[in-house]
Amino acid sequence: MTATGKDVIVGADTGEHSQELQDRAETSTTEFLLESGAVLRLSESEAARLSEASAGTEDETMIINMGPQHPSTHGVLRLMLELQGETVIRTKPIIGYLHTGMEKQGEQLSYLQGQTNTTRMDYASPFFNELVFCMAAEALLEVELPARATWIRMLLCELNRMSSHLLFMATNGMDLGAVGMMIYGWRERDAMLELFQNFTGLRMNHNFIRVGGVAADLPADWRENVLRILDVLPDRLAEYDTLMTGQPIWRGRLQGVGVITPEEAIALSATGPVLRSTGIAHDLRRAAPYLAYDQVDFDVIVGTYGDSFDRYAIRLAEIRESMRIVEQILHQMPAGDYRVQDKKVTPPPRARIDESMEALIHHFKLFTEGMKVPEGEVYVAVESPRGELGCFLVSDGSAKPYRMRIRGPSFFNLQTLPHMMRDGLVADAVANISSVDPIMGEVDR
Amino acid sequence: MADNHSSTNVVHTDVAGYHDLVVSLRDQGFNMCIDVTAVDYLTYPGRALPDDVTRERFEVVVNLLKLDGVERVRVRCQVPQGNPTVPTITDLYAGADAAEREVFDMFGIVFDGHPDLTRILMPEDWEGHPLRKDYGVGRIPVQFKAAPGPR
Repeated sequence: MTATGKDVIVGADTGEHSQELQDRAETSTTEFLLESGAVLRLSESEAARLSEASAGTEDETMIINMGPQHPSTHGVLRLMLELQGETVIRTKPIIGYLHTGMEKQGEQLSYLQGQTNTTRMDYASPFFNELVFCMAAEALLEVELPARATWIRMLLCELNRMSSHLLFMATNGMDLGAVGMMIYGWRERDAMLELFQNFTGLRMNHNFIRVGGVAADLPADWRENVLRILDVLPDRLAEYDTLMTGQPIWRGRLQGVGVITPEEAIALSATGPVLRSTGIAHDLRRAAPYLAYDQVDFDVIVGTYGDSFDRYAIRLAEIRESMRIVEQILHQMPAGDYRVQDKKVTPPPRARIDESMEALIHHFKLFTEGMKVPEGEVYVAVESPRGELGCFLVSDGSAKPYRMRIRGPSFFNLQTLPHMMRDGLVADAVANISSVDPIMGEVDR
Repeated sequence: MADNHSSTNVVHTDVAGYHDLVVSLRDQGFNMCIDVTAVDYLTYPGRALPDDVTRERFEVVVNLLKLDGVERVRVRCQVPQGNPTVPTITDLYAGADAAEREVFDMFGIVFDGHPDLTRILMPEDWEGHPLRKDYGVGRIPVQFKAAPGPR
C-alpha cells in the first residue's frame, strides 16, 4: 500500500506509452504513413483520406503485440501490429529492451579496450565489430598494417560471415517451421565456432582483432582446420537446397512475401541483403574495397523481387561466395608480422619485458595511459553480414575516444518492417522479421 | 590505407542552413542517409573547425552516401545549447526516422517536424539524455566498505 492508499504492483506497468503504436485518432498523418509502410507509395493527402476513411472501422481492427518475448523475434524485438482480421495494416517496431549504453561505455574505455565493447554488439558477427572499431582507430593513428594482419582479418571476417549466415539459415528455418533446419544450421555454425576457438581462444566475443593488427598469429594447423570445414560445407549446403530451396512449401512461405522495392530500400537506409534483394548490387567489399578485398575474386549476389525468398537465397549464396574467398586466402596468405611493429600501438611480447627496460616502459605506458590517438574524426564502414556497419570516432587527442558511434545495419534495416508487413498476413510477419535477420544487440547497443 | 573513408567530404553548417544544405546534397545525388548522430562537445570545445564556423555545444552529424560510385559526405551542423532544435530531414530521407529518434533520446536534441519524436532506446519516463557529457556514467552499488559511491 502506498501513501495514497492505492495498490501499486511494482513492475505491473510495462507499457511504453508514447513509444507504442497509438490509436488512429492520436496518430499524425506522416506517422500513419510510416507505420503503414507507405512512405513512397502514398502521398500525404492520400494517406489522410485513407486514415479518415478507415477510422470508422477502427473497432473492427485490433492492435496486438508480438514480443518482446517471442521465440521468432530474434531476441527482444517487440512489434505492435494493427490487424484487420488476419491482415496487417500498421506495424511499429519497438526496441530498446537490450539497450546497455555501449556507446556511452565506449567513451570510458581506452583504444586497447574498445573492441571488447564493440564485439558484444552484433554477437553473431563479432569480428566485424572489432574490425570496424580498429580500422577507425587505425585511420586516426595513420598506421599501416602488415599484409599478414590484413589477410588474417579478412579470413576471420569471411569465416564469420559464413557462421552468421548459417545462424540465419537455422533461425529462418525454425521461424517457418523447418525445425530440422534449425538443428543443421546450428551444427554447422558450431563447427565454425570451434574453429574460432582454435584461432582466438573463444567461441564468441573474441577481442582478437586489435588496433594495429590481431592479437596472435594463426595456430600452426590453421589450414587443416579451415579445410576440414570447407570440405564438408558444400555437401551440407546442397542438403539445405534439397531441404528448403527447391521445396514447394518453403517457396510458398517465402516467395512474394515481404516485398520491398529498390526505391523503398534506399529511402529507408536499408543495406546488406535487404538492399541487394531488390536488385541493387551494393556491397562495400566491391564498391569501396577495404582490407584486401580488391585482391580476391568473388561475386556480389543480388536478388530480383525483393521478397523474403530472395533474402534467403542471397544469404545462402553468400556462404558459397565466402567459401570462395576463404579458399583464395588459403593460397594467398602472406608471411610476416601479424601486427604492426610500432611501440606506441603494439604492446611488446611478454618475453621482451623480462630482458628490456624499454619494453617494460612501453608495456607499462600502454596499459596504464593507453595510446594517445591524434585529434580528429573519422567514419569507417565495412560490409557486415547484415549490411553497412560503420564506426564514427571522434578523438580529442587522449587515450579514450571522445565519441564512439556504431552504425548498426540492423537498426536501420528494421525500419523496412512496416513496408514488408503491409497488407500481409500475421503468419507472414514471422517470415518478414526473420528475413531481415536483425540482431538486437546491435539494434539497441 | 586506401579505404572508403578517405574520400569523405565534410560540410559545415548551422541550424538555419541545415535543411537547405541537405536538400542540395540530395539533389546532387546523395540518395541514402546512412546515419544521423550527434556529438556533445561540452568538454572538448577546442576541436578543429574552420574559422567561419561558430562553435556550439552540440553537433548533429549526418552521413550521406551516393550509392552510385560510393561517395560519402558528412554534414556537421552546429546546434546551440540554449535551444537544441534542428529541422528534421525525415521529409527527405525516410530512413532518418529511427536515427533522429535516437539522437533525441540520447542527446535531447529536438527534431522539428519529426512525425514521432519519442524516446527509442530508453524508457519513456527516463530523466536526462545519457550521451550528454554532463550525464554521469553510473555505477552498480556493491557492498564493500572501500567501494566508491555512485558517480
